[in-house]
Amino acid sequence: MKELSLNILDIAQNSVKAKAKNILIKLTETADSLTLVIEDNGCGMSKEMVENVINPFCTTRTTRKVGLGIPLLKLAAEQTGGSVNIESVSEQVDPVNCGTKVTAVFFKNHLDFTPLGDIVSTVTALIQGSPDIDWRFEHHLEGGSVELDTVELREVLGDVPLDTYEVIKWIEAYLQEGYDSVK
Amino acid sequence: MKSLAELAAIREKMKDKVVLREGSGEIRVVVGMATCGIAAGARPVLNAFVEGVSNAGLADKVMVSQTGCIGVCQFEPVVEIFEAGKDKVTYIKMTPEKAAEVIEKHLKGGAPVSEYTITNAIS
Repeated sequence: MKELSLNILDIAQNSVKAKAKNILIKLTETADSLTLVIEDNGCGMSKEMVENVINPFCTTRTTRKVGLGIPLLKLAAEQTGGSVNIESVSEQVDPVNCGTKVTAVFFKNHLDFTPLGDIVSTVTALIQGSPDIDWRFEHHLEGGSVELDTVELREVLGDVPLDTYEVIKWIEAYLQEGYDSVK
Repeated sequence: MKSLAELAAIREKMKDKVVLREGSGEIRVVVGMATCGIAAGARPVLNAFVEGVSNAGLADKVMVSQTGCIGVCQFEPVVEIFEAGKDKVTYIKMTPEKAAEVIEKHLKGGAPVSEYTITNAIS
């Protein structure tokens, strides 16, 4: 992947496929690190599955829907000296509190750090593709934060779907303005 | 500054349109957005279709959606176009530029751009 934001787009699709109703994408930056959290309340995975998805050579038919996404994220994190951690509760174990949390730490000053890239485009692509999910996006930078919560947008929009072109353009401009004011 | 008031204005404007939208989707544009598609550049292609369809005034007729891996990863970014009563058209190795051409010629003009289709690549 050329940009970390593409890994984020890819990993968040797993949450969509896990039938999550709520998906949080949280980025926290310090001077030298970037921590990514993608948390959902989807169907979760069994312990065996969690071990499988992190190892690309352990792919079986059941893990194939996850494929190379997690290994690519792991590569992107580990090549900077960082790491990826996955916690998951399967709906078979706990149908109420099930879900998956993927945490990745990157060290920004490392030569092999992949730039974040066009994260705004990733957020709009996710919302456009799954407008019925409640998305929460947070990016905490040293100079301030950029945040978006589709629950708040829905309160104003009523029946108008989030994938309406005007709404997507509004979200894009809103996030862009957020970044302009932080930087 | 972008405000929630603008969203309320969009809602007001969409009041009549929402009804139309539900009956729409005569043409469906599906962009492959799995790992393979994303790595090959599907995100800008998706954006090009979302923007282009709206700018061409086709929003009531054309629905742009996303899907997982279509199964021909070597040809990503892949875009499929479904239209009632017609054969599915599969475009391969798409770019935003090719997307603009497909919107103009295929979605607007009704004639698939055969040089970008999978049929053209394997025959």
